[in-house]
Amino acid sequence: MKIFIRGVRGSIPTTSPDTIHYGGNTSCSVVSENDQMLVLDGGSGMQKFNLLTNTGIKRIDILLTHLHLDHIQGLGFFNPFFDPSLDVHIWGPVSNNSLHARLSRYLSPPLFPVLLRDLPCKLTLHEIENSSFEIGHFKIESRYVIHPGPTVGFRIKGKNSVFTYIPDHEPALASPDLTDNPKWISGFDLAFNSDLLLHDAQYSAAEYKTKLGWGHSSMDDTAKFAAKAGVKHLLLAHHDPAHSDDRLNELFADLKSRNNYQFKYELAAEGMQIELP
Amino acid sequence: MIQITVSICKWKIILAIILFGLYLIRYFFYMAYEIEIILNRQLADCLSMPVFITDTTGNLIFYNEPAEKILGTRFEDTGEMKVETWSTIFKQQDDEGKLLQPESLPLVRTLKDKYPYHKTFWIQSLQGKAEKISVTSYPIIGRAGKFLGAVAIFWEAKDL
Repeated sequence: MKIFIRGVRGSIPTTSPDTIHYGGNTSCSVVSENDQMLVLDGGSGMQKFNLLTNTGIKRIDILLTHLHLDHIQGLGFFNPFFDPSLDVHIWGPVSNNSLHARLSRYLSPPLFPVLLRDLPCKLTLHEIENSSFEIGHFKIESRYVIHPGPTVGFRIKGKNSVFTYIPDHEPALASPDLTDNPKWISGFDLAFNSDLLLHDAQYSAAEYKTKLGWGHSSMDDTAKFAAKAGVKHLLLAHHDPAHSDDRLNELFADLKSRNNYQFKYELAAEGMQIELP
Repeated sequence: MIQITVSICKWKIILAIILFGLYLIRYFFYMAYEIEIILNRQLADCLSMPVFITDTTGNLIFYNEPAEKILGTRFEDTGEMKVETWSTIFKQQDDEGKLLQPESLPLVRTLKDKYPYHKTFWIQSLQGKAEKISVTSYPIIGRAGKFLGAVAIFWEAKDL
């Protein structure tokens, strides 16, 4: 299973030279194995999507964790939408209004010139909740996690490995020290024993104290969560738009100096490629 | 030689099945509650009124610190309690001291038909202490419209 990290910035894209190393695009990752391809979230990292070159892929599945703007703003610039030979499936959390109606709020004038229904590709929408489903050989579980509005995380099982994707998540809101019985920790079963976990780590511990309930995690809480869940490799993501590369390095060095976790953990960066067995 | 090889293969398969079984047990043991339940617990944890949270069948999955005084036990010590265990800890009586049928109690009614209820009555704990209380119960119905459990909040009764 190959994972391509295309956007790791939280909330809003940044274009400053100060954020060039970790990247300024918002949430988007691509998972591929054999001839299957999943796109996780449609943030601005989705633009210039060109993985189809010289491949026989005829179907792409986009899995949306939720519909906050930083997770869908790239949809309108997703090239496969404009290819009539492609099947594109969008999976997103169910709510009172249909997924089509909610996506159309963005993909319609005055916010965007092209209507969802006018996209040339063959588009299918799927509403999910606490669901288990299969896309090709991928076995996927979606579970609601703590974040404002209907938001899910994904546990993706490929042929030999498991990738868990929870870019927006605040488990500490309900389990402040994250040492509770795992049954009481949001998202725990998604992350349990994953080979790779990409998880929200927007704030420093000090910043988090002033942003309780905003739906995001501190780096400290995310590392604790990953340790508790027995994760083998953690990518700290959804970087705060106010954090420059230098600031992120500083915060990460501080986190490492205060902890001795035995698993691999690092800051997620745009352009990263990770191969799982 | 062939027999030995077959026997080793058989034991390898059995071992693999056992290990897979243990993995499944561990996985299901760690299945997290739905976030609607988790967040109700967090709310209960912040309240000074006794709060009880049950699953859909009435098993007590959490009670807060004020509720510990009513039950006479600590959540840390008991953990979750089966419905048949915790429902016998105190007796419910009307103003005349007659025992109330379980079907008339708010939480039982909520679990039965998924609607909120409220009632004032007397409870007598195992220690013999009688107290007049009001109980409000409500169902936890999640985002997907799924019934996930119920909450009972105990209030100090107010004679009107």
